[in-house]
Amino acid sequence: MLNLENLSKSFRGGSFGSGAVPAVRQVSFSIAPGEVTSLIGESGSGKSTIGKMILRLLPVSSGRITFDGVDVASLEGSALKEYYRKVQGVFQDPFSSFNPVFRADRIFRMLEREYFGDLGAREWSAKLHTSLEAVGLNPADVLGKFAHELSGGQLQRLLVARALLLDIEILVADEVISMLDASTRVDVLNLLAGLKERGLGVLFITHDLSLGHYISEHTVILRRGVVLEIGETAKVFGNPQHSYTKMLLASVPRLHSHWEPLEPGEPARTGPRDAPRGRGRRARGQPLEPVPLLVEVEPGHLVAFEDGGTATAGDER
Amino acid sequence: MSLDVQNLVVAYRTLRGDVRAVDDVSFSVADGEIMGLAGESGCGKSTLGNSLVRLDRTMRCLGGRALLDGTELPLSDWDAMDDFRFKKVSLVPQYSMSALNPTRRIGKMISEVVRSRKIRYKDVLPELERRLRLVGLPTDVLAKYPIELSGGMKQRVVMVLTTLLDPSLLVADEVTSALDVSTQRAVGGMLVELRDMGIVTSTIVITHDLSVLVQVADSVVVMYAGKLVERAPTATVVDAPRHPYTKLLIASLPEVGVRYAEHVLAGIPGHPPSLLDPPKGCRFADRCPLASAECAVEPPLVELESGHFVACWKAS
Repeated sequence: MLNLENLSKSFRGGSFGSGAVPAVRQVSFSIAPGEVTSLIGESGSGKSTIGKMILRLLPVSSGRITFDGVDVASLEGSALKEYYRKVQGVFQDPFSSFNPVFRADRIFRMLEREYFGDLGAREWSAKLHTSLEAVGLNPADVLGKFAHELSGGQLQRLLVARALLLDIEILVADEVISMLDASTRVDVLNLLAGLKERGLGVLFITHDLSLGHYISEHTVILRRGVVLEIGETAKVFGNPQHSYTKMLLASVPRLHSHWEPLEPGEPARTGPRDAPRGRGRRARGQPLEPVPLLVEVEPGHLVAFEDGGTATAGDER
Repeated sequence: MSLDVQNLVVAYRTLRGDVRAVDDVSFSVADGEIMGLAGESGCGKSTLGNSLVRLDRTMRCLGGRALLDGTELPLSDWDAMDDFRFKKVSLVPQYSMSALNPTRRIGKMISEVVRSRKIRYKDVLPELERRLRLVGLPTDVLAKYPIELSGGMKQRVVMVLTTLLDPSLLVADEVTSALDVSTQRAVGGMLVELRDMGIVTSTIVITHDLSVLVQVADSVVVMYAGKLVERAPTATVVDAPRHPYTKLLIASLPEVGVRYAEHVLAGIPGHPPSLLDPPKGCRFADRCPLASAECAVEPPLVELESGHFVACWKAS
């Protein structure tokens, strides 16, 4: 069980690193085994930053991440190595995850050296084959090949297979299928969804609401580093409460219906999303808007309190 | 008839031979029509779009022709194409955010572009400002550097610039792909507005995302491995596709409302064939569940119903 408690991260920004750019602010949720939690947000919302902090690729500014009760930030040496045995990540671009100079299966050899040094060659090979077959790859098709000889879907599966070789409990999947083709992305998606049946907890980071809805049990909606809506996927998508969630859902292009006109007061082209990204997002000297309180509108469904209207369960869209 | 493409073949020359990225494709786009061009990566959709402005010197047009308002486009002549590029045919590239020069203010960059077409910046400035306001951008973006704008704003600046001379044909290549859903919606809406206001006569929207085409396109062309496999009005392609590839592709798309727990979607097994040595018959045959002996012969594109063309032996 991975817990995020009031997790915050700010980056140095501005000229000579004088300013602070808050990327993630007081985010709390947990990833339970056997469940997919999707973390949904637009670009610049801080969703990847959260994933990187979980994987210890970025230090935490304040708050903490605990894994089975232990603060992840305190892990060092062999304890950290054990943490990586249990928590692994897969990232967006499979082509840049591999070194093009070496054969793609080098990632397995590196893993063997690091974690399975005492395993015999035959045992290792059997373990590797089982793992490859678990992700739907034929070992003969992929072993000994270079990254450019394999498709994006195959590379992405290799990375999942690599994670599965370790006894992982949590997988951080950061936009893993955005770069894949439509006809193969659903297979990788089904693979991730199948992992939860083996008791894995998956953090599925995406900007695509339909993908999040498809595979996850829990959904976290993030905007500018702040959680706006969190709860069971069926409730968040079935009965969205926050105006931002509603706007996102109204903007998703659908196959069988046209975009509905947006609600008044939310013109198509102005509004917060037009604010320039990154460092210019907040005018200098302007106070940071406070982190809104999360209010429980129904069991297992929390929504950020908005100005100009209290979110209530009866407030149908 | 605004654009009429007949038996177009476009190839890239490689050390191992010619790769025919677009192989014998014919279609037409009517005045005021927004045509979607859909397909997976490597199917030739971007090559087809780029060949209409001859963006890339490495591509070679091996056959066929394209008529725009009755005039033949010089698809194989880089210099002759200069008379059409930007004036008659305009293209919004795939990564239009990186199409802007980071060291120039937007206005300065636009003035350089129009000057290269022997047009004075001062003459187009009033219209430029009017167009910017039309798409909801403040005119002071002209004094800004690209880094000061958000992705969606940059995309709209590029679209205003490419359509400044009222082109007959606009080719929009993956313009919504790198954007957030809300910005995607704004940019998609802008494509429709440009057509509705008569700024652009016909549009080809290239994307891998069929659900975006449902929002903006009047008709859709589906490509697979360099070939045109299906062409029909948008609603027909989505609701009643006849080509097995289109059917499987649409069935594999997750939509809001579909959940793994209730309905497991299936992908299409296998990979598209290599275009260096494409299979003789139907190119989808080795991934197609309906494939049989007759698929060893290439199926012709036939009109099953009015406006609905399909290249498949099993469709009729």
